[in-house]
Amino acid sequence: MSAPGVTANEVAPEERRIHYLNWATTVKSWLLTLDHKRICILYLCTITFYFLVGAVAATLFRIELMTPQGDFLSAEIYNKMFTMHGVAMIFFFLVPSIPATLGNFLIPLMIGAKDVAFPRLNLLTWYLFSIGSLFALFAIINGGVDTGWTFYTPYSSTYANGHVIAATFGVFVAGFASILTGLNFIVTVHKMRAPGMTWFRLPLFIWAAYATSIIMVLGTPVIAITMLLIIAERGLGIGIFDPALGGDPVLFQHLFWFYSHPAVYIMILPGFGVISEVIACFCRKRVFGYEFIAFSSLAIAIIGFFVWGHHLFVSSQSVYAGLIFSFLTFFVGVPTAIKIFNWVATLYKGSVSFETPMLYALGFIGLFTVGGLTGLYLSTLAIDIHLHDTYFVVAHFHYVMVGGMVLAFLSGLHFWWPKMTGRIYNETAAKFASVIVFIGFNLTFFPQFIVGYLGMPRRYYEYPEQWQLLQLLSSAGASVLGFGFLMVLCYLPFSLVFGKRAGPNPWRAKGLEWEETTSPPIAHNFVKNPIVTEEAYAYTKGSRHV
Amino acid sequence: MSDAHSSPYLAHHFDDMEQQSQAASLGMWIFLAQEIMFFGGLFCGYAVYRLKFPEAFSAGSYSLAIGWGCFNTVVLIGSSLTMALAVRSAQLGRKAGIIKWLVITMFLGCVFLGVKVVEYSAKFEHNMIPGRHFEFHDDGKFVVAGHGDHSAAVGHDEPVHAEVGEPADHHAAEAAHGEPTEHAEPAGEDNGHGIVEINQGEVELFVGFYFMMTGMHALHMVIGVGLIIWLLVLTAKNRFATEYYTPIEMFGLYWHFVDIVWIFLFPLLYLIGRH
Repeated sequence: MSAPGVTANEVAPEERRIHYLNWATTVKSWLLTLDHKRICILYLCTITFYFLVGAVAATLFRIELMTPQGDFLSAEIYNKMFTMHGVAMIFFFLVPSIPATLGNFLIPLMIGAKDVAFPRLNLLTWYLFSIGSLFALFAIINGGVDTGWTFYTPYSSTYANGHVIAATFGVFVAGFASILTGLNFIVTVHKMRAPGMTWFRLPLFIWAAYATSIIMVLGTPVIAITMLLIIAERGLGIGIFDPALGGDPVLFQHLFWFYSHPAVYIMILPGFGVISEVIACFCRKRVFGYEFIAFSSLAIAIIGFFVWGHHLFVSSQSVYAGLIFSFLTFFVGVPTAIKIFNWVATLYKGSVSFETPMLYALGFIGLFTVGGLTGLYLSTLAIDIHLHDTYFVVAHFHYVMVGGMVLAFLSGLHFWWPKMTGRIYNETAAKFASVIVFIGFNLTFFPQFIVGYLGMPRRYYEYPEQWQLLQLLSSAGASVLGFGFLMVLCYLPFSLVFGKRAGPNPWRAKGLEWEETTSPPIAHNFVKNPIVTEEAYAYTKGSRHV
Repeated sequence: MSDAHSSPYLAHHFDDMEQQSQAASLGMWIFLAQEIMFFGGLFCGYAVYRLKFPEAFSAGSYSLAIGWGCFNTVVLIGSSLTMALAVRSAQLGRKAGIIKWLVITMFLGCVFLGVKVVEYSAKFEHNMIPGRHFEFHDDGKFVVAGHGDHSAAVGHDEPVHAEVGEPADHHAAEAAHGEPTEHAEPAGEDNGHGIVEINQGEVELFVGFYFMMTGMHALHMVIGVGLIIWLLVLTAKNRFATEYYTPIEMFGLYWHFVDIVWIFLFPLLYLIGRH
């Protein structure tokens, strides 16, 4: 990186530069684009929409849960709301969130490529994702689905009245978007790296995205065929999970969690990648234990395939199988803990500064640690008998998914926003919002640990009066959290028009995407093909940014 | 990118042809890996239920047309040979050869699908399709009962008891088609009392797997035939040369994969219990 394509950090505002966002402005140039950066923007808009869909559902059932009686929603609508929340948030927001947006944008830029290996396939994934999500949206608008996002049989296959076929088919189609995205990333990382970009010079975000892609390619097909089997059972009467024929509904749970537990790592691993980048930049230090973080991503991807049975501790699984799954679940905590320790070690004696991305990253480390450690409670066989299907589980996975992944996503979005848009958001508003999100999040979900430990099952819309205070606190927290998200939704688009122009490298960060191209990058990414001559995160101490 | 490597077949984001073709190969192999996982879900379900209900799966297996199955296996292996020859022709740049072998491959694929239509329609004629009206029709090898009534199968209330090696007697009265026929022992095993229990619901599970697995395989064949037509159009338009025939090569991998899936499906569905 000795010969940067761009030297100065200043830009002349008068000069209208041509970059990937404005070289063509027709609708067609967006809908038929093969540029990975534009596909990132398409995904960003789509997943934001589904985030709002999921948020509306959450708002409605949080209002319902403010009182012990069922007075705001009917029981049926309540079931449909938490299903809508789960389906929208998991399949149409969290799974594609970082890989399809930041991953799409950054992978070619970080490794010094002009595009991903298969640009047309990349665009196809967005169409598959959109079509799949429209099926799910159709199911929601036309009366909803009340099975829960897990679609457990035989309820989903035999008894549920909603549009289960449309929703599961949507998940099936969107699954192929995920598979093909993963395929594209693996090939891109293997074959498209710039000269000098060896495996151990790759930014850790790439290692995380690579590990994620492996899970996407090997896990998602299993959920696809499982969804297809539900459709075959409901639609065609081919009853493979049908107890009336001697079929076993629990087989569905095995097939479902064989994907859906690794899918948790699809959702969280890219977040780990973002945190490594952000921590290094705002500590002005090389990430401590680079190789350990890189290989722990792969270890999580592999071990993650062998822990699904911990969802079946009380589903007639033998206690011996339970023991083994319990052990393996503890085991997958090891590489995860390695990451946490290494990030904390990176902070040690770093010259830490607290810009918005860093605030989110620090929030991530704390909240994800809580989420991870409560996961160990749940993976303990005996304790899980008590905690299974309670609010404790709900709180646990929200600490991982929201406290972990959503904060990592926001951290990454704020970190690379100047690169993606060429503009700087309002730092004061952003810092304020990040604090609001952190407070709101904890207020929403910490009471759920307690109410779950006291024994309140999840998915109930009425509950005994003694839990009202905790549920009320949770709903209050949700409104604070929602306010925080709304702030982000306001000041980020606002910055597109009124934000200060960002130079190529406003954070003085290391990496090809910062040092070798403009903000926003030109359509073909680099003016001059980059040649890598140094390791990732070669920060020099004391080189503080402005 | 140096001029020495530039070729009309090189996409803008690759440096040279080698990188481009290596990327395509790797991508295709990863795609096939996900295909294995996709079919793997079905094979896993099959394995679970076959271990659980070995007799019913054997009985179901008997009802399949083994002649057609063998014929199709030969057809499909033959088509893999012709596909390999098409790739070879592409390597040598022989346009006529590519077209000839692709057309033969497509023809064999269509023959396979045609046979599948014949087999499926035989099942439909005899109501041997999963669902409310399922009947276990076996061309007179088994005696079955409780047709079309799932509740009868719950908890295995009314299993069929067939005396091994004897013509079925009193159970014939309950038989689906009223055809008391000679019983062929399905799995060579019994429950210790000389009686083999075959539950119609369990046979229906087998037939469900038969339709899901062969149906998914046939869908891949249909897609394959469509892709051959696309390749033929590209070949006719002179889009391939000795330096670039990646689509034909990649399609060859796909076609062989679909062939291999059948190599597993055929014994698992048609041959179990026939020893």
